[in-house]
Amino acid sequence: MLVIGIIVPSLLFTNIYLLAGLLLVQVPLLLIGRVARRWVQSLRAGVFLSALIFVVNFFTGPLANAVALTLRFLLLMTTFSFFFMTTSPDDLGLAIDKVGFIRWLSRHWLGYPNALSFTFTTAVRLVPTMAVDAQTVVDAQRSRGLELDKGNLLKRVRNYIPILIPLLLIAIRRSLELAEALEARGFPGKEGRTSLFELRFKPVDYALLGISLAGIVLSFWVFFHYRVPTI
Amino acid sequence: MSGELLVDGVSVNDETTSELSRKVGYVFQNPENQLFALTVEKDVAFGPENLGLTRQEIRDRVDWAMEAAGTVALKDLAPYELSGGQQQRVALAGVLAMKPSVIVLDEPTSFLDPRTAEEVMGAVDNLRRENGITVIVVEHRLDLVGRFAERIVVMDHGRIVADGRVEDVLDAEFDRLSGLGIGLPKVSLLWSMLRRDGLVSERLPTHVESAVKMLSERLRN
Amino acid sequence: MGENGAGKTTLAKQLNGLLRPSLGKVTVDGDDTTKKSVAQLSRKVGIVFQNPDHLLFSETVREEVGFALKNFGFEPGVVVKQVERTLEALDLAHYAETSPFLLSGGERKRVALAAVLAWEPDYLILDEPTIGQDYQQKERLRNFILQLNSQGKAVVMVTHDVEFVAECNPKVVLMSKGRIVAQGQADEILSDDGLIEKASLVKPQMAKLFSQLGEFGFPRDVVDVHRAKMLLEQKLSEAKVSVAQSS
Repeated sequence: MLVIGIIVPSLLFTNIYLLAGLLLVQVPLLLIGRVARRWVQSLRAGVFLSALIFVVNFFTGPLANAVALTLRFLLLMTTFSFFFMTTSPDDLGLAIDKVGFIRWLSRHWLGYPNALSFTFTTAVRLVPTMAVDAQTVVDAQRSRGLELDKGNLLKRVRNYIPILIPLLLIAIRRSLELAEALEARGFPGKEGRTSLFELRFKPVDYALLGISLAGIVLSFWVFFHYRVPTI
Repeated sequence: MSGELLVDGVSVNDETTSELSRKVGYVFQNPENQLFALTVEKDVAFGPENLGLTRQEIRDRVDWAMEAAGTVALKDLAPYELSGGQQQRVALAGVLAMKPSVIVLDEPTSFLDPRTAEEVMGAVDNLRRENGITVIVVEHRLDLVGRFAERIVVMDHGRIVADGRVEDVLDAEFDRLSGLGIGLPKVSLLWSMLRRDGLVSERLPTHVESAVKMLSERLRN
Repeated sequence: MGENGAGKTTLAKQLNGLLRPSLGKVTVDGDDTTKKSVAQLSRKVGIVFQNPDHLLFSETVREEVGFALKNFGFEPGVVVKQVERTLEALDLAHYAETSPFLLSGGERKRVALAAVLAWEPDYLILDEPTIGQDYQQKERLRNFILQLNSQGKAVVMVTHDVEFVAECNPKVVLMSKGRIVAQGQADEILSDDGLIEKASLVKPQMAKLFSQLGEFGFPRDVVDVHRAKMLLEQKLSEAKVSVAQSS
């Protein structure tokens, strides 16, 4: 919610002060969420694209515009990364599990209301495992003389076949084994599933929700009633 | 498959796998590919969550199973952060939480080093004795698991070729067993070689302790 | 040798350049590994990884075995001959046109081995080759290693299978927590309580047996069944003789 609260005004307006302000607002939040260091690192990743955006706009419009659009980009990027850094995948999974629409979709498409959120959490859980496997495959094929950094573009792409095929097969085999393991633990239950953990709203959550909603409504109202200049 | 297979008196064909999972727990060979949740605690809870229990009942089962399998300290870790032995224990906890009367382990020590294999098998044995669970282990390394077994069923190409107590089967069928590719205890091999040369005549020992006893006695006289 | 996580595979990967040392130097036949690429070092040092599924990707076994040879730039005629030879040596000739994915676990392990042996590296490193293998397959492996030795090739095994090592009695490098804690003959190392404890291994059954028979004058460094039998034979026949004499 908070994320949307920041994103909506940043998309609606190009006022530099507003955008810079929104960027700064994130700082105390970062400290609360204890993700400050990683956030700064992600900023570094966005430097190239930000510079690109700035340069392109510098040559096609007023300077103020360029600054504003660059700020907007940074804002969007950092807000998203902030979101993903502070929300753990299992909480996300639990949240998805509660959304009525997803449960409906899941039931009609796959047969069980929890299937989609389960797919999501399992996929996330498997990422580090697949990463290790990917590294092993690369090691094994390099030990057979495969050189991934040589040759023209076409050759380089073809060189990835000996990496992708084993990985694909490992993924398939793993899925089959996991499916068996699932069945062996009683999935799907006759009476449906009761989850051990539950997401609950705390007062802080309500407050933030309120602030974000207010911010969004305010942004839209201002947008339709005034012209806010860029500088 | 022809013939009948009954679990608790009910034919397996009359029940679905998920229904059977309440009676028979299965621990797979590859420890990593049977853990699918993001933390250990959630993985152990997965089974009971499918049983239509109340949240408190699930909580109790999870706590009990993790305690019994020795995984309480691992509660909040992710599966990929665990060692092979720890993963097997977590899988065991997950199966225990279903409160089955039978647990089947499919070559559970394949990916474990010998020390961890002994620990895991020891833990399984303890569970068996303390909770009265029937344990069935599929293995070909008799030297590792023979010590814990009350009864052994030997198969060859889909047929049962021996069935009885470990000491009896080992003694009577030693040569045939080694022909079947089963990893036999070295002390048994040693004894069968000595027996063939007429230097000893007793039954084959199944583990080191009994071999020590028998040899010491023989050598003292 | 060492427990899981002792650093054995890490050390093995240093030998063909997959990993480079952060301190000190690794040399293969005198060449510093940091000065050569993985492909160059792999010509001499072949690693067969534990899980063959990390390796297999070709449509036929023949293609799979020839992959490395092509990468190393061998002439097509040489490739064909080498592939034939290797398939023969590993008893895979009848599978030459089969897809490697249709083979059983043990057969896939053999194809992976063939894929590395194809270019006949001087040094062969096997990463946990005995996992999942039954007794007969292990016997075949042991004989194969001996064969390679007789051809002048060095074989390095990364393993925690003490019984298998006991049967081969090679030189052992013992590792624990990322460090080498001992080097020596297998029978000395595997019968040493302190070292076994340090490396979180288990003593081979023969060593366990003989460590408790010290009072009868037996040596402690027995790990091999056949040597054990010989020693016992001696003592037991002496016992028989003395019994016969006293009666």
